[in-house]
Amino acid sequence: MTEGMVMNLVRLLLYLVGMIGFAAFNAAYLTLLERKQASWMQLRRGPTEVGPWGLLQPVADGVKLMSKQLLLPRDVDVPLFLLGPIMVVVPPILCLVTIPFSETLVARNFNLGLLMIFAFGAISTFVLMLAGLASANKFSSIAAARIVAQNIAYEIPLLVIVLSLVMSTHSFNLHTIVDQQAGGFWHWNLLRLGTNPLMPVAFLIYFICLLAESNRAPFDMVEAESELVAGVFTEYSGMGFGLFFIAEYVNIVVGCCLATILFLGGWHCPFGLLPGLHWFLIKMYALCVMVVWVRWSFPRTQFYGLLNLSWKILIPLALANLLLTAVMLKLF
Amino acid sequence: MSSDAQAIHHESFVLNVGPQHPATHGVLRIKLTMDGEYIVDAEPVIGYGHRMHEKMGENRSYAKFLPNTGRMDYVAALFNGHGYVGAVERLAGLVVPERAEYIRVITCELNRIASHLLWVGAFLVDLGGFTPLLYCFDDREHILDLIESVTGSRLTFCYFRFGGVCNDVDDNFIVGARDFVASMRSRMPMYDAFVSKNIIFRKRCEGIGILSADDCRKYGATGPVIRGSGVAYDVRKMEPYSVYSQLDFNVPVYTECDCMARYRVRIDEIVESLRIVEQALGKLPAGPVMADKVPRALKPPKGDCYFNVESARGSFGVRAFSDGSENAYRLKLRSPCFSNLSLFQECSRGMLLTDALALLGSLDLVIPDIDR
Repeated sequence: MTEGMVMNLVRLLLYLVGMIGFAAFNAAYLTLLERKQASWMQLRRGPTEVGPWGLLQPVADGVKLMSKQLLLPRDVDVPLFLLGPIMVVVPPILCLVTIPFSETLVARNFNLGLLMIFAFGAISTFVLMLAGLASANKFSSIAAARIVAQNIAYEIPLLVIVLSLVMSTHSFNLHTIVDQQAGGFWHWNLLRLGTNPLMPVAFLIYFICLLAESNRAPFDMVEAESELVAGVFTEYSGMGFGLFFIAEYVNIVVGCCLATILFLGGWHCPFGLLPGLHWFLIKMYALCVMVVWVRWSFPRTQFYGLLNLSWKILIPLALANLLLTAVMLKLF
Repeated sequence: MSSDAQAIHHESFVLNVGPQHPATHGVLRIKLTMDGEYIVDAEPVIGYGHRMHEKMGENRSYAKFLPNTGRMDYVAALFNGHGYVGAVERLAGLVVPERAEYIRVITCELNRIASHLLWVGAFLVDLGGFTPLLYCFDDREHILDLIESVTGSRLTFCYFRFGGVCNDVDDNFIVGARDFVASMRSRMPMYDAFVSKNIIFRKRCEGIGILSADDCRKYGATGPVIRGSGVAYDVRKMEPYSVYSQLDFNVPVYTECDCMARYRVRIDEIVESLRIVEQALGKLPAGPVMADKVPRALKPPKGDCYFNVESARGSFGVRAFSDGSENAYRLKLRSPCFSNLSLFQECSRGMLLTDALALLGSLDLVIPDIDR
């Protein structure tokens, strides 16, 4: 074995551990962020008891979830039911492989990175559907049927938007896309009005699709607490239930990372100073805060309202955006 | 079974919403026959919380039944007490001092505001928005503090007595109530901005859950439900009781018949109740709060009477029959929620599950009031 290969292997292992750690840390502390932020919005104080300022609350939650019994209801499809929580958490973690957190910090920089993220993202929702059907519960089955429709409705505008972005950046490589946005916020894709004057609208559509794809309120049809009890999670208990939530939060992180890379200049500083990991994280967590903010501000949409929003507004807008990008590219 | 019915039977499935379900606010069970997400039939199954209040009213003395009244519609408990003491006073021919009547009106209207606030919060939770609930509870808490200072309890009040009320209000209460009226008025624009104008909230309420005025009349719906369908029926105006005839207030009526209309009726009622409280505080006369010589063991003369009040949910009526003994011969309680719920079966047919649960929430049901 050559030294280069060993180094490569060590590097891969380090990244693997790092990514799982990053995902677990974010999943744990985004729950705390969510609870704290909700409490600030709601005249409450949120978790305060466990650790200073409630900082150890996620640990306590984890211990509680792990100590709970995993219940297997009588009629469930056992292999699928048990595989569900595991399979739902793997794809979003794998998505992190290709995310460039800074100039140098990226596990695998390959040319079709963007495509890979969407491929794995699609698996995630698919698994949710299977878990719902395997639960043999009417509420779960209704939620599973909703997921399919929701997934189709929101994958289309999302992909069309990303496609128009790829057209103006000429690359599927996330690293290249960020590199093009170097130097000041006016170079960010969000404000690249020269190639596409509808770019801010594209970002908005991306953000709405991100909420819908990660099943966040106001589009949380998968859970829909006051209608479907807990949707596809109804029959899950203990860590099985917990894994779905880890997956949800990692999905949000991946979505926000991608938004940062595609629209907000990745690791570049808004003023062209000191680029680096910190800028990436600041932008990413700002978006996460926005996601939480939206959740606690709005009631849930109706299911048909959700579909109407996509088919009647977002998809036409996304297609118009695509067309405009094509025309602008041809003209200039 | 006809072939049509058979076809439906094969495609549909039964979905049990309740007795434990986040949308039913208590042990109400609704047996839904569903075709996909459309409701083919909805059958409310009630009685999980039945405690035989009517029978209890017959086998104990009049005064001993008083605490029961606070345990039917516990969200607006004072109205039950008002309806019951009103009926018994009418039977026994007791005259209530004016100060006591004013105190009853003030506390009842405060209770109405508290009840409507709780409904706004709970309705938003039904629609998936959690945040307004906490703001509603913040305001409701001030009311509960006020009422607690005169009644001694925060939920299941037993404050009214035959011939008056058991405690007089003090200056602290009057000052506190005036402060509350001012602070609640300043909060109304906030509710308007964050709830009434919220685009998703409006989409979920406007044109959803249409209850025609005819349906409402047919099933005996009252309160904000019928007023949201364009019928200006309010017991306080139609058959004025207590001192309502001396107070100036409007009855909010909306003709849209949808969930939004019922929401707006309740929000406007909060504003009207604030006006009533303010006026009543200004007119509060001095004097005793209990009638003289109310016998401890009340034995109303033979006869029967009906007395109804406008509770936060509609017309709460009490029919009491006396055979001249210490116990009522028969006590009939008309609960507004029971009639309002009975609308649901007919009106939810063909609706989507999501919208039907919005409709259910907009009826403002308190399950122990239905089950009694």
